[in-house]
Amino acid sequence: MFDLFRGFGAIFYKEALHVRRDAGTLFFSLTMPLLQMFLLGFGVDTNIRQINTVVYNADGRRESRELIDRMKNSDTFHVISYVENDHDLNDLIIAGKARVGIKVPVDYSDRLLHNMSAQVLVLIDGSDSSVAGQAINVTNAIGLDESLRRVLQDRSTFAVDMRPKLLFNPDSRSPNFFLPGLTAIMLLNVTTFLTAFSIVREKERGTLEQLFVTPVRPYGLLLGKLLPYLGIGFFELCLILFFMRFVFQVPIHGSVFLLAILALPYLFAALSLGILISSKANSQAEAMQLAFLPILPSVFFSGYIFPRETMPAIFKPISYMIPATYFINITRGVILRGAGIKHLWTDGLALFAIGTILLVLAARRFQKKVIMA
Amino acid sequence: MASAPNNSAEAAISAEHLVRRFGNFTAVNDVSFRVEKGEIFGFLGPNGSGKTTVIKMLTGLLPLSEGSAYVEGLDVRTDSEGIRERIGYMSQNFSLYYDLTVAENLQFYGRVYGLDPARLKQRIDEIVQLNGLAPYLNRLSAQLSGGWKQRLALGCAMLHEPKLLFLDEPTAGIDPVARRQLWDLLFELSGHGITFFVTTHYMDEAERCSHVAYIYYGKLIADGTPNSLRELPEVQPPGTLRVEITTPEVTRALRFARQIPGIRSATIFGQSIHALIDDHFNLEELREQLLKNGIAVGEIRPLAASLEDVFVELTNKHQALLETARV
Repeated sequence: MFDLFRGFGAIFYKEALHVRRDAGTLFFSLTMPLLQMFLLGFGVDTNIRQINTVVYNADGRRESRELIDRMKNSDTFHVISYVENDHDLNDLIIAGKARVGIKVPVDYSDRLLHNMSAQVLVLIDGSDSSVAGQAINVTNAIGLDESLRRVLQDRSTFAVDMRPKLLFNPDSRSPNFFLPGLTAIMLLNVTTFLTAFSIVREKERGTLEQLFVTPVRPYGLLLGKLLPYLGIGFFELCLILFFMRFVFQVPIHGSVFLLAILALPYLFAALSLGILISSKANSQAEAMQLAFLPILPSVFFSGYIFPRETMPAIFKPISYMIPATYFINITRGVILRGAGIKHLWTDGLALFAIGTILLVLAARRFQKKVIMA
Repeated sequence: MASAPNNSAEAAISAEHLVRRFGNFTAVNDVSFRVEKGEIFGFLGPNGSGKTTVIKMLTGLLPLSEGSAYVEGLDVRTDSEGIRERIGYMSQNFSLYYDLTVAENLQFYGRVYGLDPARLKQRIDEIVQLNGLAPYLNRLSAQLSGGWKQRLALGCAMLHEPKLLFLDEPTAGIDPVARRQLWDLLFELSGHGITFFVTTHYMDEAERCSHVAYIYYGKLIADGTPNSLRELPEVQPPGTLRVEITTPEVTRALRFARQIPGIRSATIFGQSIHALIDDHFNLEELREQLLKNGIAVGEIRPLAASLEDVFVELTNKHQALLETARV
C-alpha cells in the first residue's frame, strides 16, 4: 500500500517549492476569483425592479391615474415617459427604451363607474423572459386586487389570505443567492487550472519522462501534485467565505466547519479533473482550452444560475455528473438554509466518488503513458 | 525478484533478440548486445533509428514485443521497479526544474529515490564535490550555462549511487570545453566501476568509448571496440589501404580522384581527402597524376579507418543488402 504511493513526499516537497517560487501566479489565481466575486456581488441584482415603462393614458381621469399610481408604487415599474398616441407607445418599446407599455383606454373610468368591465392593454417586451414574467405577474396581481376591491367594497378582508414567507433569504438579496454558488465555480476554476498546468509544464520540460524512470509511482506522483493545490484551494475557500460574510454580509446559518469539511471532497474532485485534463493535453495552450470545457456545464447545468428543475429531462443526468451541482447544494445548504451533515452527507459522498473515479482514470492514463510514451 | 540466468549475472546489460513493434512498424528488429560492467558503451545511430526505443525498453518504460533483456541482473519484463532503483537516467534536455535552485533539484531527486536525510546530505556533498557545483548551490538552475546544467543533471541522476547510468545525448548543444570536462568525469566515474550507456552523434565521443554499437533503422549493424570495428573486413577489405591526401584544392582533387581506377572510395575531410585504395596502387603515381592536372598535393600517408568511416561503410553495405533483399 505504501509502495503504491511511492515518491509522494518528494513530489509534495517540490510542488510546494514551485508554488512558493511562483508567487505571482499564486497571487493572481487567488485574487481573480475575488474580483469576480466583487463584480457579481455588487453588480448583479436578480430581483427585477423598476422596469422601464411607457404610459399612454387616453382616459386621464382620477380612476385611471389611481391605477397608474398603483403600478408605479409596486416597485416593479418605472415610468419613463407619458405618450399621447399608440404610435409613440409602440415606438418606445421597439427602440428598447421601454419594456412595458400601458395603455388605458379612453372609456376606462366611464366603464368602471357604470359597473362594466374595463380593459387595460399591457404590452410586454418578451425578449427577456424573466422581466416579462415579472411584469405579467405584477400586472395580473394589480388587476385582480383592483377588481376585488371594487366587488367587495364594504368587506375589509379577503376570504382566502395567502401569506407567502420567503425562507432563508427574506430580503431576497442577490448576493445571498449568487455568492454561495459562485464559490463552487471559482474553486473549480482555480484548482483545475493550477493542477493541469503544473503537470503539463513537466510534460513540456521533459521532467515527467525523467520521473517515470525513477521509482516514483503514478499515485505517488498524482497525490503529491494534488495535495499542495488542495491546500491552496482550501485557503481560497477561506478567503471567499471571509469576503462573503464580512463584505457582502451574507449570513452563514450553518456550521463553517462542516462547510470546510465538505469542501475537501469537492476540491479533490476538481483537482482530479485537472489531472485528467493534464493527461490529455501536451501543451499549456491545450491545457488552457481543455480546462475551460468543464466551466460552462458547471455554470449552466449545476443550478448555479438556472434552476435544475426546469432543465429538459435529457440534461438532468448531466447535472448529476457535475461536481459543482453537489457543492452548490452544499454551500447553499450550509450558508443559507443552515443544513447539517445529515442533510448533506450524500452530496459529500457523491463528490468523493466522482473525485476517486477521475483520479483513477487519470492514473491509468498516466500508467499507460509511462509505458507507451 | 526474479533471479537472473547465470550468464547474464556479470553483465551490466544483456539484451537478446530485442524486438519492438509499433503496429506494423518494427522500430527495433532483433537487437542483441552485451555491456560489461565498468564499460563506457557508446550507442550510435541516425535519428529515428531506434536508440531511444532501446533505452526505453531497457529502463522498463516500454514492454518488449519479443526477446529478453537483463539490466544489472534483473529481468526488464518482470522487474522494472527494481531496475529503476539501480539505474540513473539523464535525458537530452536535462530534465531539471528551472525554477528550483541547484540544491533544491538535488534534494528533490534524492528524495525521489528515498534516501534518508543523513545519507542524502552526505551524497549531495559528494556530488557537489565531484561535479564542482559548490559555487552554484543557491542559484536557480535556469540561470546555469548549458555545461553546468548538464553537470547538475548528471549529479541528480547519480545521487542514489546507480551502478549503471543511461545518458541520452548528454553533450547535445554543449560547448567543447564542457564536453571535454564531462568526458573526463565519465572516465573518472567509470574507473570507479560505474557503467555508462551513452548515445551520441559526435564521432570523437564514439572514439572515446570502450565499446560501441551502431543501430541503423532498427538493426544493430556494428558492435565491438572501436579498434575491432576498424579492422572489420567490410570496413577494411583485404588488399586495400586507407590513405589521407592533403591538398588545398579538395573539391577538384576529389572529383579527379574518384575517376581513377584503383581508388574505391574517397571523401573530403577538411583540407584532405580520405581514400580507400587497392594496396598495389602506386602512391607516387597518384601524386604525379594529380600534379599533372594542376592540383597541388601536400602529403599522402596511410591512415587508420575512423569510426565515421566504419559507420559509413557499414551503412552502405547494409543499405545494399536491404535493396537486394527487396529485388
